[in-house]
Amino acid sequence: MTSLRMLLTKPWIWSFLGALLVWLATIAFTGGYGGGGMITAALSLAVFTVIVGVGQMFVITLGPGNVDLSLPANIGLASAVAMKVMDGNDSMIAVGLLAALACGMAIGAANYLLIWALRIPPIIATLSASFIIQSIDISYGRGLQIKPPPGFADFANWQILGIPVLAMLTVLFTIGAAIALQRMIYGRSVLAIGQNIRAAWLAGVNVGRIRFFTYTLCGALGGIDGALLAGYFRGANVDIGNEYLLASIAVVVIGGTSVAGGKANVPGVWGAALFLVLLLTMLNTFGVSVGVRLVLTGLIIVGVITAAGGQKALR
Amino acid sequence: MAGDSADIVRLDGAEKHFGAVRALDGVDFHVGAGECVGLVGHNGAGKSTLMHMVAGTLVPDSGQIAVRGGIEHNYSVPRAQQLGIRCVFQELSLCPNLSVAENTRINHPALRGLGWRRKAADLIAAKLDEIFPDHSISASDIAGDLSIGRRQTVEVARAFTVTQDPLELVILDEPTSSLDAHTAGQLLAFVRRFVAAGGSCILISHVLGEVLQNADRIVVMRDGKVVAADAAKAFDRDRLVTTMGGAEAREKIAAEIAKREAGPLRVRARPARQEDGKQLVANAGEIIGLAGLAGHGQTDLLLAIFAAASRAKAGIEVTAPVALVAGDRQADGIFPQWSIAENIGIRSLARLRNGLLISPQREAELAEFWRGKIGIRTPDLNNNIFSLSGGNQQKTLFARALGSDAKIVLMDDPMRGVDIGTKLEVYDLVREEARNGRTFLWYTTETEELDNCDHIYVFKNGRIVANLRRDELTEEKIIQSSFGDAA
Amino acid sequence: MTAASVENGLRSSSTRRAAARARMLRSLLPALSLALVLMAIAWLNPRAISYFGFSLMLNLAIPIALATIAQMFVISGNELDLSIGTFVGFVGCVTATWLKDAPLLGVAVLAGSIGVYALLGALIHLRNLPSIVVTLGMSFVWQGLAILILPKPGGKAPDWLLSIMAFKPPLIPFPIIAALLIAAVVHFGLMRTSYGVILRGSGGNAAALERAGWSLLRTKIVLFALTGLFGVLSGMALIGITTSADANIGNGYTLLSIAGVILGGGEFVGGRVSPIGAVIGALTLALAASPLLTFMHIPPDWQVAANGAILIIVLAARVLISRRER
Repeated sequence: MTSLRMLLTKPWIWSFLGALLVWLATIAFTGGYGGGGMITAALSLAVFTVIVGVGQMFVITLGPGNVDLSLPANIGLASAVAMKVMDGNDSMIAVGLLAALACGMAIGAANYLLIWALRIPPIIATLSASFIIQSIDISYGRGLQIKPPPGFADFANWQILGIPVLAMLTVLFTIGAAIALQRMIYGRSVLAIGQNIRAAWLAGVNVGRIRFFTYTLCGALGGIDGALLAGYFRGANVDIGNEYLLASIAVVVIGGTSVAGGKANVPGVWGAALFLVLLLTMLNTFGVSVGVRLVLTGLIIVGVITAAGGQKALR
Repeated sequence: MAGDSADIVRLDGAEKHFGAVRALDGVDFHVGAGECVGLVGHNGAGKSTLMHMVAGTLVPDSGQIAVRGGIEHNYSVPRAQQLGIRCVFQELSLCPNLSVAENTRINHPALRGLGWRRKAADLIAAKLDEIFPDHSISASDIAGDLSIGRRQTVEVARAFTVTQDPLELVILDEPTSSLDAHTAGQLLAFVRRFVAAGGSCILISHVLGEVLQNADRIVVMRDGKVVAADAAKAFDRDRLVTTMGGAEAREKIAAEIAKREAGPLRVRARPARQEDGKQLVANAGEIIGLAGLAGHGQTDLLLAIFAAASRAKAGIEVTAPVALVAGDRQADGIFPQWSIAENIGIRSLARLRNGLLISPQREAELAEFWRGKIGIRTPDLNNNIFSLSGGNQQKTLFARALGSDAKIVLMDDPMRGVDIGTKLEVYDLVREEARNGRTFLWYTTETEELDNCDHIYVFKNGRIVANLRRDELTEEKIIQSSFGDAA
Repeated sequence: MTAASVENGLRSSSTRRAAARARMLRSLLPALSLALVLMAIAWLNPRAISYFGFSLMLNLAIPIALATIAQMFVISGNELDLSIGTFVGFVGCVTATWLKDAPLLGVAVLAGSIGVYALLGALIHLRNLPSIVVTLGMSFVWQGLAILILPKPGGKAPDWLLSIMAFKPPLIPFPIIAALLIAAVVHFGLMRTSYGVILRGSGGNAAALERAGWSLLRTKIVLFALTGLFGVLSGMALIGITTSADANIGNGYTLLSIAGVILGGGEFVGGRVSPIGAVIGALTLALAASPLLTFMHIPPDWQVAANGAILIIVLAARVLISRRER
């Protein structure tokens, strides 16, 4: 009983409850048919949102005004880079992944360079960077019809007992991220900066280095995500990352991370990503049109932030 | 008493608490028509709180306020403005993105309709001409482009402009703090003319000469109480200083500091605006006081020393790790989402590691050790930092600094709004840590705290103006050199 | 003491002059970038500098300018609207369907959407919400509604709107006249009226405004409603030019509008915005995006990059100016 009450005080529990509710509603509608397959599908798709969501979470936790708007362009370019380097060749998979990772890291580092050198808000810096990345991608990826190496595509779609292997690996990764957040100097520093950047500096935190690292990390995760998406969908295209701008921010907010900074939450990213994907599945199952689906998604985000708002009262 | 309509404003038994801090402790205060009241006292004596009540920005916990004899039950800013009470606050309240004329408009709802820009510009220009004849400010200047002194003149002039509401009483909170002597003289001459014409004024200033020369009556505050109120003629500078400081009531902290060998050099620093060769020198085991009026460059020097510890900086030499104890807890010190233990541990994360990970056990041990040593009163160190009283929050910040590897501890007026019990405990601890070889640089606005120091540097206008050994230290000496207007 | 005060006076008047000079340089920057782009076009293709050349090149400048003005209003209150693009698309779909077939319903829906913006302003103020997240959510909503109204590209603009946008005045091309008109009206409303001062003040020093007795809730509602109003105008103008609509037609406008405000000398916080600058910024983007690149034989792939590069160059120039003046 007390442990249940403890559980209810965790901010991430609500996103999982939401996901569960949506799943139950859907299988009630289908009469119990396809519940397992739905979870498998949800896990495979949620992975991609979780990976960039964790990156976005670290950035948003740095405090008000910090957000990475270049993720979609980053994902698009990295997917093209990965596919081109792999060139359909199984032996190049690792090199391609590394190339995508390096591409993402370079974008993240460039983002922070703009923020630091031009002293402009991260929103504008990542926005202008995304303009340029998008063009590079369009130009570089033009007519790119390269399929991923069969081994890579199979790996991205590989399941064991109905559980996608990618999802298992991502769970491991998120456990690592949660440990980094709570138990490593890096995570503590991010949380401190997000709560009060001046106090963090005065408490000896190396603010510049931590911010640089965080933007680079977010970029790197975007890069990896791009490569994996291209593998999963068996091909890269310019628009492959488009939905991940809204999705990455939405899962952070719904998952219980504070947009005011300084309070983050890794399990919530999983819960929120599953919730969003299952919601989509549910609305599809109900035969709802794309329009209604979008409207509902938007209203849910506004609703969640409104319910979670007023956080200044805490101080 | 309340029926005395010669009083513009009258407060009876005003009290105000901020958490555990008693900012105002039953204050009676009044201003008559055609009177200039001088209000003096040290920082934290309650002057600003009192003035916020007169201006309607704070509501007293108990006590009543009467304007022109009528008791006000729902007193507020708009009500105060209707009644002709204006206030020039210490923190600047101009919009930096607007012009001088547009900033005037903000305080005058009546300035609207066709030609309002002309009217606003004429209004403020005329008042600036009247108060500061050679001001050279144009009504179209953008406020953010003006120097801080000019912004202050604009703000003062704006407070004296009149459209539809009457003008009865103007509160001037340190109106000359950013003005040069010439401009300050113009302002004070205008205040005298304004008062002679029947207006009322409350003048708050740290420059005692200003108050003595321009006020009709002087009210002295200390520790949230009015300790003296008399005609200005009845005061002279010495009497004001003694009444403000309350030297007669203070028990000197036991002078236990024994002569010591000077240890190795820890800090050598020259303020950025220092023009002569004076510089601050601190050796191992010393407690160095930074004195003078608030905001005269002490905090800037501490921050410069802090920054110099991680990145070389001209004019500053730091030879050991540094930690800082913030005075403005909310802005500079506390991480509001965290527990007490996490707030203590943040400065020492590298030492709390076990391999790559921070060990919760070591973090708890560190916090537990300092809970015992410094006396943080809490049932559980995992509680949120805001579960503590202000004094215990401050102790947490001390524990953060003292629990770290820092050999040099900078203290930025850390006892602001802290109860006397906490203060005495912390004083003992600081002296003990100094005996063990730590160096303390201690900026304080509370003169009695300087008794703990081996050496005191007095600051004025961003420079070191005096350098006193502990045995030379008297309150009068510090006040003399920090006011400096007697010279 | 007097010597010191004289010296002080000299120093402060010279720093003030420097500050004013830096501000002037900064405010000239938008016009300068526009002139630069125009000169480049004139050099590459002199025939473009003609009545028809401008009518063609600036075709889409009007809706971009209106969207930029819309974004400028929220920015002057220290907020940001990430939904303006999809909102323009939504308005476009309403314009190409209901406004033509059932004008009363169309007008009611558009007026209602402005009301939604006003409500968002109130919500953001009362619940102290980050506008980025709220408007991000709303961008889904507008997009969804647009798709519901017009599932497939199509519809048709009302005839009166078509004839307005096809207006061919003598001598000066319509887009230029429209841009001048928009800049003049908004400049007067925001920079010259007495309530415009209050709106900008709410971005400059909200605490001082509240202390002087103004309602911050009201300023936020007004600013968001104005954003909604100009978003509606932008969507209608866009459909008047393209004649038919598509639910995704406005998607690029979110980024364009923010870039336009910043290019036009606006700042993210502090209520420092310039309607004239914003319109110039929008024109610069409209010209630099396609005509200039076409004349330079740069593939259209790099259009977006050009916008990003211009933004970064202008911001870098601004940093250089303020650094030198210091």
